[in-house]
Amino acid sequence: MKSRKQSQVLLQGNEACVRGAIAAGCRFYAGYPITPATEIMEYMARQLPEAGGVCIQMEDEIASMGAIIGASLAGSKSMTATSGPGFSLMQEHIGYACMAEVPCVVVDVMRAGPSTGLPTQAAQGDVMQARWGTHGDHSIIVLAPSSVYEFYELTIQAFNLAERYRTPTILLADEIVGHMREGVSLPPQGELEIENRPRPTVPPEWHVPYGDPGTGVPPMPAFGEGYRYHVTGLHHDVRGYPTTRPDEVQALMRRLFSKISNDFERLQWCDSYFTEDAEMTVIAYGCVARAGLQAVKEARQKGLKVGLVKLKILWPFMRRTITGITESSRVILVPEMNVGQISREVKRVNQGSCEIATLNKIDGTAITPGEILSKIEEVYR
Amino acid sequence: MKESSHFVHKYLRSSKRFPHIWCAGCGIGIFMQALIRVIDKIGYSKDEVVLVSGIGCSSRLPVYVDFNTLHATHGRALTFATGVKLANPRLKVITIMGDGDAASIGGNHLIHAARRNVEIVSFVINNQVYGMTGGQSSPTTPYGLKTTSAPYGNLEAPFDISRLVEAAGAVFVGRTTVYHTPQLERLIEKSLKKDGFSMVEVLAQCVTYSGRWMGLASPVEMMAWQRDNAITVEKAAEMNETELAGKVVIGVLVDRERPIYDKEYGKLAREKLKV
Repeated sequence: MKSRKQSQVLLQGNEACVRGAIAAGCRFYAGYPITPATEIMEYMARQLPEAGGVCIQMEDEIASMGAIIGASLAGSKSMTATSGPGFSLMQEHIGYACMAEVPCVVVDVMRAGPSTGLPTQAAQGDVMQARWGTHGDHSIIVLAPSSVYEFYELTIQAFNLAERYRTPTILLADEIVGHMREGVSLPPQGELEIENRPRPTVPPEWHVPYGDPGTGVPPMPAFGEGYRYHVTGLHHDVRGYPTTRPDEVQALMRRLFSKISNDFERLQWCDSYFTEDAEMTVIAYGCVARAGLQAVKEARQKGLKVGLVKLKILWPFMRRTITGITESSRVILVPEMNVGQISREVKRVNQGSCEIATLNKIDGTAITPGEILSKIEEVYR
Repeated sequence: MKESSHFVHKYLRSSKRFPHIWCAGCGIGIFMQALIRVIDKIGYSKDEVVLVSGIGCSSRLPVYVDFNTLHATHGRALTFATGVKLANPRLKVITIMGDGDAASIGGNHLIHAARRNVEIVSFVINNQVYGMTGGQSSPTTPYGLKTTSAPYGNLEAPFDISRLVEAAGAVFVGRTTVYHTPQLERLIEKSLKKDGFSMVEVLAQCVTYSGRWMGLASPVEMMAWQRDNAITVEKAAEMNETELAGKVVIGVLVDRERPIYDKEYGKLAREKLKV
């Protein structure tokens, strides 16, 4: 088994993200310098020409996001990376990619905000912005890595989901995961499962650019392949042409939601530790999940039946998984480096089944295992 | 006449319900026909042409024509176009923007696209007003003009878009009006054939708003204004600043060579890939 794996390499989280992106087939990157995400662009600038791709430094994050949408429409898997202030600037174009169904990956290596905030210390304050940052009703997929290897793995998955559903996918990392270095063994390229956008199988004159082939995801040709069609951020009919007809608007909006919501069952990604007999569950994500795991191990040594569920996908929120936890636990603790963005969702799903405790830290420093352990001991009954 | 209309129909989307959204007497349609004529003359295939636009009256143009068309966001057409061109350099990427689109909200992208010199052909349809939203001042609205957002007169000086793009490094800059259609077609052709970032500023009438604010009641009056106030580059060279005040200098303003980003990147990639 071990011989089939590549030897261990020491990688920074941001570098692992680049490795994952290129392994997933990313061939276009546009970005703008911002700490703590800059290494992604710097590494892309070195790696992409050798991979036959293009890396360009744009004039701002708005332009970066526009460029990756254009490149994706021309057939390249594409990505950008930023942190809070740049993520704010990208929001309009994230909505465009939702509306025009353009696959792309946006990495937000979170730092403490609002505004320029704390450059550069970690936070998890962009969870709700990732969900609702762009205007208007829309679906979004958001993944959250908690280790260097997971940053690699979830970057590949982010591309797979973006391609499968023709939607922007957001990788919500944090400064700690982006900047930490860990030894990782990356699997050989041949062992990876790589998904590509659905392609038209009919001649151009039969192709309906925004029709529903049954999956909710219309096949996507690239510009220049003979399928001349219109792409717009306006509400559009199945041909892609602007419309204000309520029936056509409704059909578009319903399809944009259902293409992802129909697959909720496939999007329940989490890792569980010590949960079999747990009376109390810690729900955490990103760098906090690391401290959470250590705290749970120490609590177990003290005889407390505590487990950890690490969320790898934040949006769409894993209602089924979380409902199961609320039904099997007496108390849930949600430690977060924000004022309670995921705990609010857990409370919404809870419906009074169990007690929900929170541990929130917004001073720019990491939540420690000791802090989580103290909170566990405080609320464990 | 019959032949002419048939010729344009070859490039219009029959599946799209007409009429278009432009007001009667609008200058954008004249530009659209000129663009189609030149594309047909050069002989580009419909599949290789990508039209990218922003938001505004002129940015609605792509939906009517049978190319790969991308109606992007307000001011950002050039950012989308940059991605398209770099992902597939074989495509002929053309952007169509308005004056508010290109010089106000998209001003930063305009100067950086010119500086970077990715091969994109851009057309800025300058009607000196925000038409779609109802006649507000744009960055090219003349000083003192009353608009819906400057009811007591515009207090700002207008941009000279062509000189801005020239200073930013565009390899080809031209300016004309929709009255001067033969020259318009010549400039479109030159810009399409030019390697690197080119921009043609096309002065067009907005009868509904800027015409009304200027006291020019009809498209004919507005086009007569274009005829009477346009000065060729050659003639302008012999005139002083006072004589040129309020005039529009038309013709080829810049035609030069600079390293082209996509070609440079292609060289770099071939070296790295050792092909």
